[in-house]
Amino acid sequence: MSNSYIIRFVLILCFVAALALSGMYSLLKDTHDRNEALFNKRAILKAVENYLDKPVDAMTDPEVQDLFDTKMAQKVIDMSGKVIEGVSAESVDMGKERKKPADQRRLPLYVYNSNDDGNLYIVSVRGNGLWDEIWGNLALKSDFNTIAGATFDHKAETPGLGAEIKDNPAFPRQFIGKELFDQAGDFVSVEVVKVGGSGSEHKVDGISGATITGNGVSEMLDRGISWYLPYFETLKQSDAGMGMVQ
Amino acid sequence: MAESAQVQEQMAPAIQEKAPLFGKEEKKLISDPLNDNNPITVQVLGICSALAVTTLVTKAFVMSVAVIFVLAFSNLFTSMMRNQIPKQVRMIVQLVIIATLVTVVELTLKAVNYNIYKELSVFIGLIITNCIIMGRLEAYAMANKPWRSFLDGIGNGLGYGAILIIVAVLREIFGKGTLFAGSGIQINIIGPSTEQISYLIDTSSGFFSWYMPNNLMVLPASAMFVIGILIWIQRSWNSKLVDIS
Repeated sequence: MSNSYIIRFVLILCFVAALALSGMYSLLKDTHDRNEALFNKRAILKAVENYLDKPVDAMTDPEVQDLFDTKMAQKVIDMSGKVIEGVSAESVDMGKERKKPADQRRLPLYVYNSNDDGNLYIVSVRGNGLWDEIWGNLALKSDFNTIAGATFDHKAETPGLGAEIKDNPAFPRQFIGKELFDQAGDFVSVEVVKVGGSGSEHKVDGISGATITGNGVSEMLDRGISWYLPYFETLKQSDAGMGMVQ
Repeated sequence: MAESAQVQEQMAPAIQEKAPLFGKEEKKLISDPLNDNNPITVQVLGICSALAVTTLVTKAFVMSVAVIFVLAFSNLFTSMMRNQIPKQVRMIVQLVIIATLVTVVELTLKAVNYNIYKELSVFIGLIITNCIIMGRLEAYAMANKPWRSFLDGIGNGLGYGAILIIVAVLREIFGKGTLFAGSGIQINIIGPSTEQISYLIDTSSGFFSWYMPNNLMVLPASAMFVIGILIWIQRSWNSKLVDIS
């Protein structure tokens, strides 16, 4: 077979394959984007699952969308505690933001309006596990101290060990009711420890065989939540101010 | 002599037409890879994904369907083009066909079930490097007619999928205590029942309270043990596979 035949054959084959794939991609692009957005919405709603009528996994896509539209407010804030206008929290990718210098960093904040328990503030945190990135959403009660719920996810932690932060519902459930500030009012975050997590307000039990992932979770929470503190401080002060006026 | 050869040549297509669409040979193409020539337990190909995606039956099932699709259609297309493919670049051409089909699977899965797509993540893409597919294209599709190649692809895909599902059933029951988790028809087999969850075999009290889910079964190493034991069982029961030398 001649060289020109080979080149012609390969070119035609590649052209047909590329045409078919790009056609299919543009056809399915909208569905992909919608699926991805819904996937992220579910992850955020999971942090406040205790306050919902039914488990997030049992909800249909329209129900998730509806809940998000009616009861969830989105804000984007910067590291000094100011609200950045005109940006939706869903468009902020923490994976990129956490690598930016502190003065350019933007943070997504979701506020869930639960009728009985006031506003719940859902913060996004991101850090490093053993193999790759881990991330989570943490819901705080309106005292900005008590944790109302948590979810974690990961890119490549070991199944059965580090991956249990996502797969085993008992791990995130431990965070409910834990407190971020100590008696003196200093920020201490919540730490993942080997033993004695259940006895302390600032500690949860780690997973056997996943010490590094657990340390990663501790570090991620400590750093990630501290970024939101300036904004919470301004909220607390405005609340206090309003109280004085009344 | 030349005349008889010519006669034979004329006869050949006639015989081909008479051959049934799904005869003995075709049945063998499907059944052979399920047992005597299984791609995983006999040829020991495609082990990487067999170790990685068999933690849950749902994942193993989706992976099997994906591999059956890619294998059947890459076999079909390669076989259709087998006389046109330049020998010098045949492997690259095969790879283009496989990669295209794998991307089709990936795009479809991302649109149909985003959760499973996230769970399987890189392993769908890694079907491209699954030795079974390249092996079937080289060994079968390059030398056989499209219909038979297609069946050969389905047969080998089923052989691969059958082992995957057996391994996944064992790993999921003993590792997590469930079956079909993440698919909407989750069955809780063994574990401590609570108010929210009830298991068929309750380990919270009574006779089975000694049982703990075996975390080793969730780790990839256990898949190797399970596949090893499957190979052992298959060989002790199928004497054709025993190496006499």
